Amino acid sequence: MAWLGVLYIGSLLLLFATAFWHTDPFTSKVIPGFTLENFQELVVQEAYRNTAVRTIGIALAVTILCAALALPLGLFMAKVAGPKLRAILAIGITLPLWAGYLVKVFSWRITFSQGGPLDWVLAPLGVDGMGYGQPAVVVTLAYLWFPYMAVPVYTAFRQIPDNLFNASADLGAKSWGTIRTVALPLLKPALIAGSIFTFSLSLGDYIAAQFVGGKTQMIGTVIAQNINLNPPLAAAFGLVPILVVVAYLFLARKSGALDAL
Amino acid sequence: MQLSRTAKFSLGAFAIVAMAGIYLPLLLVITNSFNATTSGAFPIQDWTTKWWVAAWHNEGVREALWTSIKVASIATVIALVLGTMISFALARYEFFGKHTVNLLVVLPIALPGIVTGVAFSNTFKHVFEPLGIGLGMLSVIVGHATFCVVMVFNNVQARLGRVNRGLEEAAMDMGANLFTTFSQVTFPAIRSALIAGGLLAFALSFDEIVVTTFTTAPGTETLPIWIFNNMSRPNQAPVVNVIAAVLIVFSMIPVYLSQKLTGDDRD
Repeated sequence: MAWLGVLYIGSLLLLFATAFWHTDPFTSKVIPGFTLENFQELVVQEAYRNTAVRTIGIALAVTILCAALALPLGLFMAKVAGPKLRAILAIGITLPLWAGYLVKVFSWRITFSQGGPLDWVLAPLGVDGMGYGQPAVVVTLAYLWFPYMAVPVYTAFRQIPDNLFNASADLGAKSWGTIRTVALPLLKPALIAGSIFTFSLSLGDYIAAQFVGGKTQMIGTVIAQNINLNPPLAAAFGLVPILVVVAYLFLARKSGALDAL
Repeated sequence: MQLSRTAKFSLGAFAIVAMAGIYLPLLLVITNSFNATTSGAFPIQDWTTKWWVAAWHNEGVREALWTSIKVASIATVIALVLGTMISFALARYEFFGKHTVNLLVVLPIALPGIVTGVAFSNTFKHVFEPLGIGLGMLSVIVGHATFCVVMVFNNVQARLGRVNRGLEEAAMDMGANLFTTFSQVTFPAIRSALIAGGLLAFALSFDEIVVTTFTTAPGTETLPIWIFNNMSRPNQAPVVNVIAAVLIVFSMIPVYLSQKLTGDDRD
């Protein structure tokens, strides 16, 4: 029964160990030992450092974009829409989860393609579509992980009793004031829960970058490129998302959001 | 809630735009599969069904589809057996390190897929290859089974928490042995959780790309790997487009129907 567990945990530990090995530059053989070379290279090599920072930046941008879209949508679904419309929208935001990861990446590859739909829509306005690149990666990843943010935010909006809003209005707060001072603090746990998914899923992704990113490289790109040539370096880079995710979870726990899950 | 008319209106408009943003790209894939040009130029000038015919006769697609079905089925079966066993062990017995095991089981979905993929690739290369077991179908199945277990485990564990243990004890008191009790009492109670977990596991495995990329070898091509390999090839892109359109239709219709069936009486 434990064989899978042993295999998995064993693999993770071996990965951790491999990060401290090095590759013989002539034979490309991996030699066990203990060296901090790989980590040193990650920090010293500007390209690698930039890739790590860029990836974290993309993951943060995706998270912010998802939250910015999920908040008004969740508010509309929970407090404005009628029961029938609400049910349709609730299905509507979760349905794309089943449509297949590559299919969704492909749909944005078409959208952003040169002379494609986006260029066509924007042409009368005299604007060029942005084409493949970093913004396209952010949009595609946000599209992929949006349901993970939208569902908890919508659920949290539903749980806020209406009379809290009424009380706030009675005390003289305008719509915006109510949302900022009453709703947002109550939504914080849901936003953090959603952001854990949007952030960590974006952090490990490299396929979106490959197909809509143009020359954009992410941590995953470097791992994928090195997995055969220089496994220790790939392993060391593989530890970066683990560390960042653990740090993120730690911050989330500190803010108390995880208790509400 | 006290929202002004303008606020309600703009929220509604926003919802429409958001829904359009979610579904337009998918619709685009379906319409673009009838685009006669290979470049995907827009708007579509010539309509054709030739790519659908080409996709239907494509050997690579058929083989990849068959590989995907095999991998997903085997991984799901492994996940059903192991996931059930782990959830029973954690729900019914007290043992040292129980909380750690609880945490470790969900690790494969908590960590980015690329980490799982790299870890397995690394292990197979350094430990199993010298023993004669290289990367291939087996390593792909092991990789998939690892995260499929989590799906089954989550579903079964949630159900076990609500099953009345008194029923099992009653069955045993009446003389049923362990096997009869399981097949007559326990299994029927967790059956729907197993089906849900199994379906989820199958769907995840069928769609998986990252772990597969790192654990596969040339010769073992699942459908996502085939799509991945052919998406950038200009002359294959239209066939990929057709496959994508088929996947959208086939994955969403059943889910839509089942959600509609269960969703209507809930609200």
